[in-house]
Order: sequence, then structure tokens, then C-alpha cells
Amino acid sequence: MIAEVSLRATGARARRRAIVNAVMHVVLGLAVLAALIPLFLIIAVTIAEGLPAMTIEFLTSTFNFSRRVQGGGYLHGLIGTLYMGGLATLMAVPIGIASALFLTEFPKSRLAGPIRFFADVMTGVPSVFVGLFVYSLLVRQIGFGTFVGALSLAIIMLPIIVRSAEEILRTVPGDLKRGSYALGARQWQPVFRVTLPSAASGLTTGVMLAVARALGETAPLVLTALAAQTIVLDFQGQGQTALPLLIFREARGAFAAGQERAWAGALELMALVLLLSILARVIATRRASQ
Amino acid sequence: MTPGTETLNPIERSSHGRFGDHTFRWVVAAAGLTVLAILALMIGSTTLDAIPVFASQGILNFLTGTTWDPGVSRTEITGTYQAGVFLFGTLVTSLLAIVLALPLSIAIALFLSDVASPRLARPLAYLVELLAAIPSVIYGLWGLHFFAPTVLKPIAKFLSDTLGFIPLFEGPVVAFNPFYAGVVLAIMILPIITAIVHEIFRAAPLAERQAAYGLGATRWEVMWKIVVPRSRPGIIGATMLGLGRALGETIAIALLIGGGTTINLSLFQQSESIAAKIVNTFQESAPEASNALIALGVTLFAITIVINMAARLIVRQLGDVSGEAIA
Repeated sequence: MIAEVSLRATGARARRRAIVNAVMHVVLGLAVLAALIPLFLIIAVTIAEGLPAMTIEFLTSTFNFSRRVQGGGYLHGLIGTLYMGGLATLMAVPIGIASALFLTEFPKSRLAGPIRFFADVMTGVPSVFVGLFVYSLLVRQIGFGTFVGALSLAIIMLPIIVRSAEEILRTVPGDLKRGSYALGARQWQPVFRVTLPSAASGLTTGVMLAVARALGETAPLVLTALAAQTIVLDFQGQGQTALPLLIFREARGAFAAGQERAWAGALELMALVLLLSILARVIATRRASQ
Repeated sequence: MTPGTETLNPIERSSHGRFGDHTFRWVVAAAGLTVLAILALMIGSTTLDAIPVFASQGILNFLTGTTWDPGVSRTEITGTYQAGVFLFGTLVTSLLAIVLALPLSIAIALFLSDVASPRLARPLAYLVELLAAIPSVIYGLWGLHFFAPTVLKPIAKFLSDTLGFIPLFEGPVVAFNPFYAGVVLAIMILPIITAIVHEIFRAAPLAERQAAYGLGATRWEVMWKIVVPRSRPGIIGATMLGLGRALGETIAIALLIGGGTTINLSLFQQSESIAAKIVNTFQESAPEASNALIALGVTLFAITIVINMAARLIVRQLGDVSGEAIA
């Protein structure tokens, strides 16, 4: 580290600067450690606490009895999570990618600026407020259920997809599209034959990250899906549950049996979410290296 | 018309897609407008439900009073609804989170941009980002049953024993408190602030760094006197985005903050935040109390949206620093 200081300055002042430099390097390194330790602790503790409770029974059964009894599982939560996550994806992906196409194909439209800005703003809307919104708009009329829960997740996913899809679509080389136009294509034709296919892997990455975010959401579901004791397949009108909802409820319970299930559920949810995030990252890196 | 011209002339052939352009334009514009419509509907629908509550309490009373006494009416407002306690709890936890996370984020971002080699920086940046992927409810569970009792409790005890004469650290330390919630919140917003600050540091011109090195500056001096000062607006923007996220964070706080009903200056006494109050009492609320919770939500929304819009405007002025890092 001393070598970094000018060779001509060798006085006390230079030595002090070298020491400050060395000390601050250590401090910065410690800061990185301070961020990595919680990450390690969260993953390690969840695995250590969740794995013993993660039995075949936990994965394949529900519990519709008292929370203090051991056994049972979160199958209804897993089904609810996948059901609402799937519906939300079906709602958010077409609208999100179409909006991104609007931003990239018609950048001169007067609407493009506001849409981009408010999509950014929407990513910062508290998720609990999205739940309140769906509650005030729909739940009071049509009741709790799978659809309203999925809708709140879709609203959370939408701005994330719009912004990530726009960035990906913008990286598609203009030459490919101009080639199509030279062959006499109309504006919409290369969108489906050139732009979207060549952006497919990038779009998939963005969608997967948005899905991962939505699957972990709890607060909006408390206000829209509410709760369920068993597997619910109804589209709407019947309370629905999800892994985060079950974890939230049993985490604060006083019963050891419930807390064990909560840890196993947390492990299940974390595996699902981290798998999606890491897979999305792998697809993105593979695309970048091509 | 020789056979084959039709297929050989693509311009003529593509005329069958003539209506396609109109349809395409119409469909994607409608999708874009959906985004704006949802935001407008979001504000309209909730505000409409909240207005009777604001009207019966008075806006100023609603924001500053400290009594929350829900009524059970289906049609009118009979209870007392004042958000002061929850506003205070929200601000305390969020500020604590920012105070802890900001210096750490700047330090990590400096390490990634100026100290670590790209081969080390990339995986490290990804690991820090991974913190943002972990669901809030898992932070809550982990905080409640592991981090708070084993790590934070001794720290809280120590602080209240040594600095207890300061109201902020006054004991006793109860099992659920804003200190626990704020520290866990700091871990949750750390990756968000770090990602943006890192991008901004990386954008600082190499020439300025090299000029400083040329004058004999140490690496720390380059970071502290060149990179950080020129990135100040970006750091402010990133901090505000982190603050916006902290204010709206719900589940982890609901599990840790304790459901207090009075304003308490001590970090170690039970408190309550706006978002936590909403999820904690929503299910047992009568219609009028649900409207009061919606009014709380509107208040929270108004605060976060102002902070967010200001932050976006600041960050946007710095160029294309957005997207994945923030979402």
C-alpha cells in the first residue's frame, strides 16, 4: 500500500496518508462482509431449521386441524402460490411486453414519456397499498379469492416487466428490423418475426425475476386472498391461501409445531424464489456471452 | 401478370398486413395506457374510500393525533382514527434503516467499483443483490426467531445499559421493538441502495481518477475526494429510493415491531408502523375501520410517491441508471 504514495514524499504526512489508505481498504472489505454475513445467516438458518421439518408429509398434505398439533403440511399453500402466481403471470406478461413494445416502437409518442416515468413510480408503490387498492375496488363487490389475489400480484409484476422488457427490446439491433423493412415488411411484421424472437431469452429473464418477486409477496395477499384451510381450486369467491400467508400466520404463533411448519414453508418458498432468480441470472449471462 | 410476380414482389405481398399496423399500434398503446389507468384507478378508488375518514377526523387531526379507537359501523364513521403513532413508528424504523444501510452501501459500492477486480466484483455484487430476492416474510421469520433473540438482543441490552440515559436507548428492552424492525429493514434495503450507488460510482469518469492518481493521491483519496463527491446527487437519489422502499415494507416489520399503541421515544419499546397496522388489524375490522385502514394506506402512498418521484427525477437526470437494479 505504501507504494501507492508518491515516491518523493517520505515524511510523516505521507506515512499517515498511507496508513489511512490501508485502514480504509480494510473498512471497505469489512462492509462487504457485513452484507454477506446476513445473507449467509438467512440461508443457513432457514435450511437448518426447515430441513428437519421438510418431510414428504409436509410437501404432500394440508393441515385443517389445530395449529398446535404437529404434522400436516403446506400443500394448499404451494398450490395457492402457484395458482395465483400463474394467473398473475398470464395477466401481467402480455400487457407488460405490449407496453414495452409501445415504448420502443413508438418512442416519439407523447405518451411514451409519462408511461415510462409512471411505470418507474409504480415499482415504488408499497405492495400493501396494492392490496388495499384491489380490496377497495373489487373485494368489497366480489369477495376474497384466487382471482383478486392474482390481480394484486399482477399489478406488482407489471411495472417490473415493462421496464425490464423495454431495456431488452432496445438492445435488439436495428439492422435486423431495417432488413425486414427493406424487404417490404410492415411495421408490425418484424416485431413478431424478428424483435420478439431475438429478445426472447432476455424477456424470459425479466419475467422470471418479476414472478420471483410476486411469489414472495405476503402483504397484498392478506388483503385479497385472505386465507384458506384446505386446497382451494375455485377461481373466485372462496378465500385462497399461499406459502407466504401460512408462514406469516404461523411465524407469530406461540406453538412450536406451527413454527416448525413455518420454517419448512420458508425453506420451500426460498428454494422456489431463489431458484427462479438464479435461473434468470444464468439465462441472462448465457445470453450476454453469446 | 406472369405467374410468380405476386410472390416475388414483397412490397405488394405485404399489403395484406396493411391493417396490421393499425391494430398493432392500437393494441400496444392500449397496453401502455393500462399502466397509467391502473395507477389512476389506484389513487381514485382508495381516496374515495378514505375521504369519509379524513372528513370526519379532519386531516390534521388524522395525521397528528395518537388515538386509534375503531368503531363497528357498516355505514358511517363512529370511531376515532388518528395516525400519529403509526406515522412515528414508520419514520423511526425507516430512518434507523437508512442510517445503518447508507454508509454500508457506499462502502460496499466503493469496494466493488474501485477496489475489487472485475472478476471478484461481479460475483460479490450478485451476492449482495441476492439479498433483495429473499421474500419479506422470510426476513420476518428469521428476524423474529433467530436474528433478534440471538444477535440483536445482546446489542440492545448493552446499548440500554450503557446509554440508557438517552431517551432513544431507554430500557427495558421488550421482545418486539422498532430497533429489531429497523435493523432487519436495513438489511432489506441495503441491496437496493448498493446497486444504484454502485452503478453511479462506475459511471464516474476514469480520466478524473487517473488525474488524481497522477497527482499522487492514494486509492482511498481518489475514492473519497473524487468518486464520492461527484456522485452526491446520485447517492441522494438512491437514498430516497431506499427510503421509499423502507416506508412501505410491511411483513417483516409487522412480525418484529410489536403493535404498540403509544408514541415512545425509546427504540426498545413496542411501536407500530402504518403498513404493519394495516395487515395486523385488517381481518378483524368492520367496514368503517377498513376505510380507516385504507386512509392510512393513502397517507403512506402519498408519502412514498412524493419521495419516489423526486428520487426518480434526480436519478434520471444522471442518465440511464435504472431498470433491474431498482426493480
